[in-house]
Amino acid sequence: MIALLQRDLRLAFRAGGGFGLGLAFFLMVAVLVPLGVGPEGALLARIAPGILWVGALLACLLSLDRMFALDFEDGALDLMAVSPLPLEGVVAMKALAHWLVTGLPLVLIAPVLGLLLSLAPGGYFWLLASLFLGTPALSLIGGFGAALTVGLKRGGLILSLIVLPMYVPSLIFGAEAVRRGAVGGDAVVPLLLLAAISLGSVAILPFAAAAALRANLK
Amino acid sequence: MSIWEYANPKKFMQTSTLALPWVSGLAVVLLVAGLVWGFFFTPEDYKQGSTVKIIYLHVPSAMMAVSAWFMMLVGSLIWLIRRHHVSALAAKAAAPVGLTFTVIGLVTGAIWGQPMWGTWWAWDPRLTSFLILGLFYLGYIALWSAVEDADTAADLTSVLCIVGSVFAFLSRYAVLFWNQGLHQGASLSVDSEQHVSDVYAFPLWICIAGFLVLFVTLVLLRTRTEIRSRRIMALMARERTGA
Repeated sequence: MIALLQRDLRLAFRAGGGFGLGLAFFLMVAVLVPLGVGPEGALLARIAPGILWVGALLACLLSLDRMFALDFEDGALDLMAVSPLPLEGVVAMKALAHWLVTGLPLVLIAPVLGLLLSLAPGGYFWLLASLFLGTPALSLIGGFGAALTVGLKRGGLILSLIVLPMYVPSLIFGAEAVRRGAVGGDAVVPLLLLAAISLGSVAILPFAAAAALRANLK
Repeated sequence: MSIWEYANPKKFMQTSTLALPWVSGLAVVLLVAGLVWGFFFTPEDYKQGSTVKIIYLHVPSAMMAVSAWFMMLVGSLIWLIRRHHVSALAAKAAAPVGLTFTVIGLVTGAIWGQPMWGTWWAWDPRLTSFLILGLFYLGYIALWSAVEDADTAADLTSVLCIVGSVFAFLSRYAVLFWNQGLHQGASLSVDSEQHVSDVYAFPLWICIAGFLVLFVTLVLLRTRTEIRSRRIMALMARERTGA
């Protein structure tokens, strides 16, 4: 499992493309929104939690189709399927690699973008916490979607159609936690619910994704 | 005699050939009775005027939209556990019907909401979760149509249906948390004080029964179509191999 993780990380760093792309996209969203709605600080501060979370969702979505597609094409996925490591473990490691490469950088860069969107000072801690707890669910749900669509020619579009509705609960709780944190309200409850979704995803989705991969590899 | 006999496509076709005229006839009778009674023989509401009568389309279609997803969930589980093709095809057949009911529910709701709430759309929990349910239907249908191999498609959509159910359920409660809305509570419930009055409730029950039977009719019909198209594909495959 560790070897697989290391391989995926190495591929992600050295092959380029996927790694920086999500971050750049996240940055673009945070720059474009003020250009679209105007530079008024109070308005930006009010919509910042939602923009940041939507941006994080979309940035995650960008690199999902690569999660299994490359290994599927060159046959590496078949080898993993017959290896002693269960497919559930493969999926979990792939999702972890995706999170380390996409989710974690998003968490780290988010406060800077919060600054651009004049997020209220109370919101930064909750922004970090909610993204840190919420993005693992995004990677896992995305991994499930990628496993479903891995064999398809027009997979990318269907992938987003399948994955985005499943992101809704995470988005609601995540953005709500930041919003409440920014105005000094009680942000712990949405944060806990967000963490619950992530934990539930960790527990269930690798099995669902592995089932989908098995159907695709048959 | 057990329900699993109908997992045999031939048996299913035989029985549904016999049942279909009766079921569709019953759907027509119930719908005509319920809608005519509801539209023409109930008084107008003192506050809502005649717009109250949209309830006869809105409530049954909304109920069926949720029930259709539930039926697909059961069909998917049966396919994954017992590998009965008819069940997978029935789930496939139900999806567009469910989507249509979802759209009917949303559109009639908007038509009613415009004069009553003064807006076509509000980000109310019920409305939002219905819209999300519609998106789940879209994803499910898109996945069915995208996968070429029929059995793989059945596997993948079944897994999606099960996981999607969990997330659709989560969304339902997440949006409650997110916004307390305009939509009134249950229109019909056994123990509640504030549901609609009996004048409206009787035709409404008939309409709900009518929509339910209509759903059964459409699913039977579409499942039969799917089975026939499977047979045609099998025949064509046999012809190609020259057997």
